[in-house]
Amino acid sequence: LPLLSLGRSRGAIISQYYNRTMKLRRRRQSRPSIKDFSRSARPSIRGYGMETDCMETEGRDQLVNNLQNLSLSDRVRMLRAMPLSVAEKSELRYLYSSTILLSTSLSFSSLYPAVALKRVSGRFGTGVLSYFLFVKTLLFFNIFLFLVTGLLLAVPQAVHPPTLTQGHEAFSGLELLTGGGYFSDSVIYYGYYSNSTLSKDCRVTSSSMEQQPSPSVSRRTMETDCGGKPSYNMPLAYFFTIGLAFFITCIILVYSMSKSFGQSFRIDKSHGILAMKVFCSWDFKVIKKTSVKLRSENICIQLRELLEETSRKHVQKTACQRIGRVLVHVLAWFICIGSTVACVLALYYFSEYMHKVRDTRFHLLWCCCQCWESFVGQELYRFLLMDFIFTILDTFFGEFLWRLFSQRVLKRKRKPVFDISRNVLELIYGQTLAWLGVLFTPLLPAVQIIKLLLLFYMKQTSVMMNCQSPRKPYRASQMSTIFITLLCCPSFLGAAVCVSYTMWSIRPSESCGPFRSLSTMFQSGKLWVKELETHNPNLAWLAWAHSYIVENPLFLFLAAGIFLIVIYFNTQVVDGQRKIISLLQEQIENVTSLNSLIQYLNPS
Amino acid sequence: MGTTASQLGKDLLSEYQELTFLTKQEILLAHKRYSELLSKEDRNLTSVPMEKVLSLPELKSNPFRKRICHVFSTSDMKDGSLTFEDFLDLLSAFSDSATLEIKSHYAFRIFDFDDDGTLDGGDLEKLVNCLTGKTEDTRLTPEEMRQLISNILEESDIDKDGTVNLSEFQHVISRSPDFVRDG
Repeated sequence: LPLLSLGRSRGAIISQYYNRTMKLRRRRQSRPSIKDFSRSARPSIRGYGMETDCMETEGRDQLVNNLQNLSLSDRVRMLRAMPLSVAEKSELRYLYSSTILLSTSLSFSSLYPAVALKRVSGRFGTGVLSYFLFVKTLLFFNIFLFLVTGLLLAVPQAVHPPTLTQGHEAFSGLELLTGGGYFSDSVIYYGYYSNSTLSKDCRVTSSSMEQQPSPSVSRRTMETDCGGKPSYNMPLAYFFTIGLAFFITCIILVYSMSKSFGQSFRIDKSHGILAMKVFCSWDFKVIKKTSVKLRSENICIQLRELLEETSRKHVQKTACQRIGRVLVHVLAWFICIGSTVACVLALYYFSEYMHKVRDTRFHLLWCCCQCWESFVGQELYRFLLMDFIFTILDTFFGEFLWRLFSQRVLKRKRKPVFDISRNVLELIYGQTLAWLGVLFTPLLPAVQIIKLLLLFYMKQTSVMMNCQSPRKPYRASQMSTIFITLLCCPSFLGAAVCVSYTMWSIRPSESCGPFRSLSTMFQSGKLWVKELETHNPNLAWLAWAHSYIVENPLFLFLAAGIFLIVIYFNTQVVDGQRKIISLLQEQIENVTSLNSLIQYLNPS
Repeated sequence: MGTTASQLGKDLLSEYQELTFLTKQEILLAHKRYSELLSKEDRNLTSVPMEKVLSLPELKSNPFRKRICHVFSTSDMKDGSLTFEDFLDLLSAFSDSATLEIKSHYAFRIFDFDDDGTLDGGDLEKLVNCLTGKTEDTRLTPEEMRQLISNILEESDIDKDGTVNLSEFQHVISRSPDFVRDG
């Protein structure tokens, strides 16, 4: 075997990279002429290499020619990626030598979190890493929400504080836990926002939008009353900011979901776990002798477990076992739904009872119902806080103490496994609360940001100390897809539906907030459009579009229908690709056996 | 081409930066470590014998150390000795910025114990033994080994010729994102 002393002959590598540089050139420039193509550009067939030494040099010259014609960054990238030795590469480089300007590429040296993530991923694999990446994703969503609501709502309102009807409570530390007290009359909650147009040095207090805008009381004259100073319509701003924030979050979520799905989807899935484990589990960065020994032991145990599992899979589960599993699932669902319904009913009847009694002791409850949006906001703030406290307790008891217990008392050799699914569900729950609360507490994303930051470092420390790497090699891309899908589908969808329903149908409270005199929050948008139409007849199409697209359900049905058709087409394409793959696999097998037959008949 | 002086020339440095995935600091550090290996011996040598390379703390406990030296060595005598450029090749292939293709190509060559261009049953057996270690209780029994190898071949051998070639190896690797981070 003259040329196959290496895993892949040099001639094959050179011709493969010739093809690549050819493709790159074609993409970057106009087509090269036919005479530039050469027969040596075909990749070799394993074992029956048709390259000879002279073809190798011919191929090499073609490659050098191509490299010369690429741009500097492409050339450097192509050279680096070639699996040849430095000596061979520098030979190629000298052959096309032009003045080489060193392109110093600035790599943004990552901040501390990325270094920490590398440590985690090195020891625990990408399954646990995907959890931490999910925390980072949630952080970005919340930062975006916080910036939007902070800049568009909180800042203008804070600059023009409304005149308060009652005195301001003093700040005591308890507010951080209850969300009330000093905080209840601040930009944090819905009730603080005024329902008027804010303007510098010009308090327009009587701009109740319910008055039909007659030509004399129009926004324009209000503006001229204020001397043409810039004004800021708070109710409109509130409505559109929240709507826009949700819309953009929806688009980002759907986009990342589709991208993640595209990256992770494998048509021939759940195949080859054992081979993957054997080929990929060695960490070449492990140096110490004890770590090497530990790693070897770990791999041995995991291989044995996987072998057992694969041999067990071939044994069919009996019908009894399957029915048993289904029953357990049904029971679990029943208990969950039953307890939720029971709690809801209990609360409902209890609040009815309270209303009947209407004791002065419950004055607070009644009072809060005057401004129910702030009350709901406070409740959600408390929920979020409780979630955080319980996560801390769970990390402490569930991971730290459980590890001590299992090692000292149960005398298990291995640390407990990090429960990715439970932790991710907790994160999704917290994020749902944040999304629900944005309408009532525009600064709730800030709380969520702080919570996620603390959680990140806490969980990371806990994982390093208390847990061991999971058994199966999880595919990070598949897990990320699952997480994002769960985030989008029950979580964001549910929150968006609740918020939309609130804005569409529920009557805002009379005494507080930016929508206090309207029948629904949505009405502020409608009135604004009507106003625009009366002032500016050119924008009549906007009102028309509004009434036919936004208010008419037919448009939504059509959009949903088109969406479903596109999804159906894509699933059919995937099915077809699956069939093609199995056909191609059969063909490969046939070709190989044919080749061996030829080899047998014509030994040469 | 080798290191004749204790300083690395600027041209050489920029050339190595272009041809490998290493940064300037990493190349200089590599040069320092390589010179330390040489300094105990004759200064005129251009390549370090394999025993010296294996004494590096990073490679000392690695079960694949001999294969690594053989794969990256470009010496004609096939004795596993490394020149400075071979050393840079080694570091570049294992660096974090190396592409998946480079890592998988070199991993394939490292795992190919008999250097025949494919991973057959014997290669796979030696590979698994290296992974699980030398001690008796971590070795797999012959029965388990047989089952493991037949499972691996069933999963990764697409053309059903009883061996795993480079393309099939890369196909398995591409489905495991772990590889790029650990390699």
